[in-house]
Amino acid sequence: MPTANLKVWRGDDSGDYQNYQVEYGHGEVVLDVIHKLQATQAGDLAVRWNCKAGKCGSCSAEINGHPRLQCMTRMEIFEEGEEIVIAPLKTYKLIRDLVTDVSVNFEKAKTIPFVDLEKPAPGDVRRMAQMDIDRVQEFHKCIECFICMDVCHVIRDHPDNMDKFVGPRYFVQLAMVAMHPLDQHPKREMVAYGFGLEYCNITKCCTEVCPEGIHITDNAIIPLKERRVDELYDPLRMIGRALFGKK
Amino acid sequence: MPEYETHEYDVLVIGAGGAGLRAAVEASSMGARTAVITKSLLGKAHTVMAEGGMAAAMGNVWPQDNWQVHFRDTMRGGKMLNNWRMAQIHAQEAPDRVYELEEWGALFDRTPDGRILQRDFGGHRYARLAHVGDRTGLEMIRILQQRGVHQGLDVFAECTINRLFKDSQGRIAGAIGYRRETGELLLFKAKAVVLATGGAGRIWEITSNSWEGTADGHALALYAGADMIDMECIQFHPTGMVWPLSVKGLLVTEGVRGDGGTLKNIDGKRFMFDYIPAMFAAETADNEPEADRWYNDKTVRRTPDLLPRDEVARAINSEVKAGRGTEHGGVFLDIASRRSPEYIRSRLPSMYHQFMQLAGVDITKEAFEVGPTMHYIMGGVRVEAEKQGTAVPGLYAAGEVSGGMHGGNRLGGNSLSDLVVFGRRAGMGAAEYALGLTSAPALDQADVDERAALMMKPLEGDGRENPYAIHTALRTLMQNKVGIIRTESELQEALVEIASLKERLTRVKAGGDTKYNPGWHLALDLEHMITVAEVVTRAAIERKESRGGHTRDDYPNPSPEFGKVNIVDRLGPNGVEVRQEPLPQMPPELAELFADGGDDAHG
Ligand SMILES: Cc1cc2nc3c(=O)[nH]c(=O)nc-3n(C[C@H](O)[C@H](O)[C@H](O)COP(=O)(O)OP(=O)(O)OC[C@H]3O[C@@H](n4cnc5c(N)ncnc54)[C@H](O)[C@@H]3O)c2cc1C
Ligand code: SF4
Ligand code: SF4
Ligand code: FES
Repeated sequence: MPTANLKVWRGDDSGDYQNYQVEYGHGEVVLDVIHKLQATQAGDLAVRWNCKAGKCGSCSAEINGHPRLQCMTRMEIFEEGEEIVIAPLKTYKLIRDLVTDVSVNFEKAKTIPFVDLEKPAPGDVRRMAQMDIDRVQEFHKCIECFICMDVCHVIRDHPDNMDKFVGPRYFVQLAMVAMHPLDQHPKREMVAYGFGLEYCNITKCCTEVCPEGIHITDNAIIPLKERRVDELYDPLRMIGRALFGKK
Repeated sequence: MPEYETHEYDVLVIGAGGAGLRAAVEASSMGARTAVITKSLLGKAHTVMAEGGMAAAMGNVWPQDNWQVHFRDTMRGGKMLNNWRMAQIHAQEAPDRVYELEEWGALFDRTPDGRILQRDFGGHRYARLAHVGDRTGLEMIRILQQRGVHQGLDVFAECTINRLFKDSQGRIAGAIGYRRETGELLLFKAKAVVLATGGAGRIWEITSNSWEGTADGHALALYAGADMIDMECIQFHPTGMVWPLSVKGLLVTEGVRGDGGTLKNIDGKRFMFDYIPAMFAAETADNEPEADRWYNDKTVRRTPDLLPRDEVARAINSEVKAGRGTEHGGVFLDIASRRSPEYIRSRLPSMYHQFMQLAGVDITKEAFEVGPTMHYIMGGVRVEAEKQGTAVPGLYAAGEVSGGMHGGNRLGGNSLSDLVVFGRRAGMGAAEYALGLTSAPALDQADVDERAALMMKPLEGDGRENPYAIHTALRTLMQNKVGIIRTESELQEALVEIASLKERLTRVKAGGDTKYNPGWHLALDLEHMITVAEVVTRAAIERKESRGGHTRDDYPNPSPEFGKVNIVDRLGPNGVEVRQEPLPQMPPELAELFADGGDDAHG
């Protein structure tokens, strides 16, 4: 069996990398190796995981500098003997080892509006064409791994922006609500709140890393920005606002 | 006297899967002060992994479908051990719960006329599973999570409950747990508790379950004095991945067979035709052309590839034992030769990626290896059918942790619907009970302190047993001796080994401190797993027949006598007590649905 040369972050902010050697077999992923390490050499190594199948988004970490799901990163992509550096996500506050404090995301989630659908026709159920929901179903694929948040320079390099900018994951959720074919809110108005969209300069880094392949920038962020522009410069709406006192 | 971080609620929901979230949404909407506790982050519970769909007789694809047919399929799939009233409520209410999720934002796949599409699954007479591709559980959890967040639920993420407490009158009074991040102890004073802790897969070696499936809720209920039912009935899903080793046990959704995939042995033979049991003979195709026609023509008999899971798992087991298995001890599942690559990718996108990324196999081009994996525990906390109350006043249970709904074997898709149907009812029951109490039941401080001290023991003691090693020993033992096929002598041996693991656990030592320390967490979970492993084993000894998710080599057939009883267990002063109780009897209008046995499957 080949031996992996691991360099794993241990401890909190004042911690450091530690070197470990772990044997691995055919088909194993980084998470398997981390688990072996836990069972044999480092019983208290903190790591999150649930599904081990890329479905729950728990096991994100920075592997050789790239944020990825540990459970979907096969050991075979590394050269034998290559040093593999495993570090926690940088955008979030470190708790210990590979585990970060992502609770800020749940505060963000509260700010995203909930859908409010049109009632179905009397005696009928709601009808939607598959074609019309294909686009929105893409946003429902998000597994909340927060890898997109990890690479977004707006918050990665400027932690102060965290409370002004909901970030790519939540633009996806905003798009999911705003583009629901039966949502009856005046959508443009809804997205005109301050979610920090203006901080995004469409670098597309988030899209590149999304393990679900969601086109975060093209399909969620850009359409939201366009709606916002329409909204701000739509003269009729501006009159409406003045008349009805809406913000 | 030690101080604990203390919180007070009317209703404490333990678990944030589909059942827990739905219960919490209901309880809080009724005005009860409600908190949800979860071992993982919010949105990561096991429910997120559910793939194929959620069963509900909406009749969108086959108008002939209705709740009676669904009820009948559920009972027959469960080998008639089910609590008939739960199965009835489930079949009647599942469609409303699907539409409710839609109202809250779920986007199910559509029929050509714009309604919710339904897919075929094992044991369901008609295409019945509402689904979102093959990630239906993700949809359910995300929608319920957002609903809960917007309803202002208090969520305690990454907190684990270790014990429930009762007052001097035996009523639920609260619970103790710890924050995983810091190791700080957490005390809840609560009038009612809803257990929604999910399953027990981590007791077995090969399983589709995540680390959370450590049977905590089953154990918490046992310690609190509740009854368990049908604990011998364990579902081994026929199709788990078998190779590479790293993904052994990982689920391959039944949707692959629902959408046209077929099982083959090493000789390329579709062996399921050789394993059609008498009970399903009248409605199952015995030849390939008829089986293949069935996907589009429900007037012919269904393919044996979609027999209930217990039948298919046993068939695969037999093929492998007879030497007709694959190199890695499985059989082949083939959809590549039967459906177009575009169809496969659009219907089963996450299966496609799972195999591509984890096994390097393109399922649109080749057949792949599958074999049984521990997937679901039918047994669980005994509840009454209407509001999910248990033998302990103030204690409710819903979802996989509860028992009765699925009898001896669960049909695919019936869990997701179970979660929301009974999650809602449990939330209602708990809220009504809690709001009806005039004063909060009092915690006994001595109980609390005693438990708190025990929880710290794995960190403090001078024991030498590694928790990971004990866990591995337990899983190997249960896999080998309390697995798919059981026999008296092995079950007895298992009891002896479980006793020795229990003894080793008293000397367990977790290194490190209290801060996010998985070794310590596992040491605490082990007590729960070992307790429940013993209950499963004792129940398995008691049922001297083969039925559903309980197969005995020494009693290979169903027995009419055992078909009339549930096995019920509880913890008495001298340990696990096992007894037989007659099944609840269904009213004549429902019994009539079974009058013609299995012989009405055409049309
Ligand atoms: C891979 C896979 C695919 C599946 N596909 C389908 C399908 O297509 N259709 C279907 O109907 N069923 C399916 N099932 C079954 C179904 O998903 C589960 O039975 C169901 O999700 C269980 O839900 P639950 O709400 O009961 O518990 P879970 O979703 O398991 O949630 C349990 C919750 O309890 C919490 N918890 C547990 N113990 C404690 C404790 N001590 N303290 C605090 N919190 C605790 C956990 O953290 C978690 O939040 C599938 C299962 C798997 C594994
Ligand atoms: S496109 Fe916008 S949201 Fe995405 S990484 Fe770049 S700045 Fe951040
Ligand atoms: S959008 Fe993609 S990268 Fe971001 S959290 Fe969701 S799945 Fe992860
Ligand atoms: S463990 Fe679920 S995504 Fe890795």
